[in-house]
Amino acid sequence: MSQQRKAVALISGGLDSLLAAKVMLEQGIHVEGINFFTGFCVEGHTHAIRKQDKDKPKRNNALWSAEQLGIKLHIIDIVDEYKDVLINPKHGYGKNMNPCLDCKVFMVNKAREWADENGFDFIITGEVVGQRPMSQRKETMPVVSRESGAGDRLLRPLCAKNLPPTLPETEGWIKREELYGFSGRNRKPQMALAAEFGFEDYAKPAGGCCFLTDESYSAKLVDLWDARGSREYEMDDIMLLKVGRHIRPSPNYKLIIGREDGENKFLQGYKNSFISLKTMDCPGPLTLLDGVATDDDLKLAAQIAARFSQGRNAESVTIEARRTNGDTTTLNVTPLHADDIKKEWYV
Amino acid sequence: MAHYELDARRMFCPMPVIRTQDKIKELQVGDTLEVVATDPGVLSDIPAWSRINGHKVLETREADDEVFVLVEVCDA
Repeated sequence: MSQQRKAVALISGGLDSLLAAKVMLEQGIHVEGINFFTGFCVEGHTHAIRKQDKDKPKRNNALWSAEQLGIKLHIIDIVDEYKDVLINPKHGYGKNMNPCLDCKVFMVNKAREWADENGFDFIITGEVVGQRPMSQRKETMPVVSRESGAGDRLLRPLCAKNLPPTLPETEGWIKREELYGFSGRNRKPQMALAAEFGFEDYAKPAGGCCFLTDESYSAKLVDLWDARGSREYEMDDIMLLKVGRHIRPSPNYKLIIGREDGENKFLQGYKNSFISLKTMDCPGPLTLLDGVATDDDLKLAAQIAARFSQGRNAESVTIEARRTNGDTTTLNVTPLHADDIKKEWYV
Repeated sequence: MAHYELDARRMFCPMPVIRTQDKIKELQVGDTLEVVATDPGVLSDIPAWSRINGHKVLETREADDEVFVLVEVCDA
């Protein structure tokens, strides 16, 4: 009896990785999934924070994929290690702050290390030639294989027929003729294959799963780095960039203003780390002040906070400013007129 | 058999799942782990993770903006 070969599959929660793993299972390979958490994943956090999303069914799509496939899933926290990938990407950024090629190299390398430690023979991904402008091009796919150290142990079942044979194929562990030759951005072949396998309700194709591909989020990250004069971040920083309106009236501080109850509640958890402002005589958002503020800055911040409260048309709104040590100051301010909040203040 | 608790309050998924996964690696078959969290996503994610990885969820409940998931470690 031939040896049972094992593959570790990078499972993102999207359709392609689901299909790639399924193709291997169909060939009798033992597959286990690996999913990396960078801190910039779109789902989960935003679902948990925003009240308007609370009625939507919550699920982690990587876990859902693994359950559909009947495989184990190992979720790996790479938040700290990922900082170097984001801050110093050898291959640069995509359209926004997305270091997609370096990210893929990093993740495949981590999967290779995991495979070595756990006795797995090869690595599979759901990559498709020509599907992504940065990391999934014909000329970058060999870069991922080479720089990750995976070499010919990296197999892309969905587009393998467009690429040179890999170790699992040349060794006869799997049949190349039962792999696929998908290419380009057309998703119809994947959808047809999903239907063939009986997969329904999978994560919608082309839905971005990383905040770094988002223009608005990337702008906030760059603003954070510029304001601090340092390209560093902690988990709380990247969480707060996902929440609220960000308004920077001055280089020395910015305001984070909750947009709804879920965000206000989330921001309350940071009251001991930032100056916070809340309206006392009318309903309004919780506002955090990130930075150092003079008395004049604090007054302007209160006027802006009042602008986003239900007292926006009142002559005066009472705002309580709470410092991180618990000391409070009460300010009676005229809400700023919408036209007085400069467009360039919005981050 | 021993009982353990994991405080995953103020963490957002998948961090509570990762912490659960890492903690369960240290436990013995038959041990139980109660995860306390504030992200309601935990109510679906930890049971899903447990099903996939062969562990048993004994109870899930919500109280005062917190969620509780009790997992029994099985021979996975």
